Amino acid sequence: MKRLKNFLFLLAVAPVAAFAAGASIHLDKAPVNLADQDSLQRGARVFVNYCLNCHSASAMRYSRMQDIGLTEDQIKDNLMFAAEKPGEPMNVAMANTDAKAWFGAAPPDLSVISRARGADYLYTYLRSFYRDGSTVTGWNNTVFDKVGMPHVMSDLQGEMAPRFKTEGGHQVIERLELVKPGSMALAEYDAMVGDLVNYLVWMGEPAQLQRKQLGIIVLIFLSVFFVVAYYLKKEFWKHIH
Amino acid sequence: MSALQKMMGWVDDRFPLTSTYKAHLSEYYAPKNFNFWYFFGSLAMLVLVIQIVTGIFLTMNYKPDAALAFMSVEYIMRDVEWGWLIRYMHSTGAAMFFVVVYLHMFRGLMYGSYRKPRELIWIFGVLIYLALMAEAFLGYLLPWGQMSYWGAQVIVNLFAAVPFIGEDLSIWIRGDYVISDATLNRFFAFHVIALPLVLLALVVVHLVALHEVGSNNPDGIEIKKHKDPVTHIPLDGIPFHPYYTVKDIVGVIVFLMVFSAIVFFAPEMGGYFLEQANFVPANPLQTPLHIAPLWYFTPFYAILRAVPPLFGSQFPGVVAMGMSIVVLFFLPWLDRSKVKSIRYRGPIYKIMLALFVVSFIGLGYLGLLPVSPVATTFARIFSVIYFLFFLLMPWYTSIDKTKPEPERVTG
Repeated sequence: MKRLKNFLFLLAVAPVAAFAAGASIHLDKAPVNLADQDSLQRGARVFVNYCLNCHSASAMRYSRMQDIGLTEDQIKDNLMFAAEKPGEPMNVAMANTDAKAWFGAAPPDLSVISRARGADYLYTYLRSFYRDGSTVTGWNNTVFDKVGMPHVMSDLQGEMAPRFKTEGGHQVIERLELVKPGSMALAEYDAMVGDLVNYLVWMGEPAQLQRKQLGIIVLIFLSVFFVVAYYLKKEFWKHIH
Repeated sequence: MSALQKMMGWVDDRFPLTSTYKAHLSEYYAPKNFNFWYFFGSLAMLVLVIQIVTGIFLTMNYKPDAALAFMSVEYIMRDVEWGWLIRYMHSTGAAMFFVVVYLHMFRGLMYGSYRKPRELIWIFGVLIYLALMAEAFLGYLLPWGQMSYWGAQVIVNLFAAVPFIGEDLSIWIRGDYVISDATLNRFFAFHVIALPLVLLALVVVHLVALHEVGSNNPDGIEIKKHKDPVTHIPLDGIPFHPYYTVKDIVGVIVFLMVFSAIVFFAPEMGGYFLEQANFVPANPLQTPLHIAPLWYFTPFYAILRAVPPLFGSQFPGVVAMGMSIVVLFFLPWLDRSKVKSIRYRGPIYKIMLALFVVSFIGLGYLGLLPVSPVATTFARIFSVIYFLFFLLMPWYTSIDKTKPEPERVTG
């Protein structure tokens, strides 16, 4: 029986082991902390200043930013450049046809981009632009090869250039190196991108803060209910043997 | 006579209310030795109710229109009062429905619940399972994400593999040459009306058949063989209500704790309940690199891919996938064992069942992965075991050394 069990176990794990090895792009861990309202607010500011010019977030209403501790007046005065009322969704004026002509592809709506791509991807992507003369925009990205998006935050990060190494006869990018500093130190830029990604994660599902809070209450309620139901069952069943 | 009794009398003269209540609850005698595995029938009913109720509320805000569907789901998630909760309950409910049903079916395999006189209960059950798969498949198109779209594309294309009529058949199903607004609309109609009706009707006949012959139990023996000579109540039977209603409430709460933990803390379940790629709106011009069906379909998808094409046609794979479900209908007649329950079966059945479970889970895992030679080899081994479990059953169950069954139920 023991040998049989071992055999079954082997049969079950063999395919897992066979596929565990697989190459993928290394992604840096995004510093996501939805409890940090200051970070979310800083991220919101970066988002409306840098992303919302080309990308929409049409499922997101400006007024929802009240959930991250902003007042309606703060939103109106500091964060709304393309809308009249706080209840409006975050749309952009750029037409999709123009965008296609300029960038080769329409910039995707960012409402749920964090759920489609994952925080780590976004965090790495936004820090991995480098100069590449062979592309239309003059920019390329180690995470997203030949991306249509230019490095819109290059004035902050500065310009990065790739350093190559040879691997199996091919030249591959080993790392990026700062060749022309921007207005921010690299660590400062990384922290800012961290705030932005934090905001994007929140925007992907604004209800998630409320969801987790409610979940705790629901589980406490069910635990109490469980004790009651358990003893009720015991009481009813006491004569059944 | 109290006013209530009078009213009940009035109703009973016109509608069999009291007798129905007695026949199905207060005087339905179930074996007293049900164990853990017997929670999943009532839990399946609970999930069905959750799906119907949340489904009704989703329908109030969802737009079955290719141009609006994706954003209407986000509208539900953000602007509809409690919309996120309703939607997560529905998406989690869909996956948990399969968890519960798979465990319920496994219970049947362990204790021989499909054996005479319960063949029809099993057959109705397999029909429920089929209807459920159709319901889940149709519903998955509705959020109109990339996986919704391309998953549906892949599955509908399977029909195109049918010789001669395949191409026309798949166009007839889609209502278009590709998955489109027309497909979305008809899938919506089937998902919210046609299949729920079929499911409910099948659940009713499943239960009517069950209550006609009585429940099986972990010992696989008939409690009706030993009745009280005066009352004619099975000696090992206890009324479903209140005994199993209070017991099932405990099961329901434990289930709801698991369910809530998923809904509130991990609604995506690491991409298995809500796939990452489905947060990208459907794009007919961009095929995703890797299309995997949802986990509850992957065992069958793996069987489909395991079968090599014949003359360039995928049809043999489609047939194998179909047969893997059709074979379930014959189970009551494939099993020739003298005993029903695994407790009294010999080692061969136990080994075969264990191999079957490993293969089924293995196929489920492989179905999630992209095609590769290693994956295909394993999928072939597992597929062969899957079918041998059924096809060799008449032989191995008749030669297996069984233990004697007890006269009365044990603990």
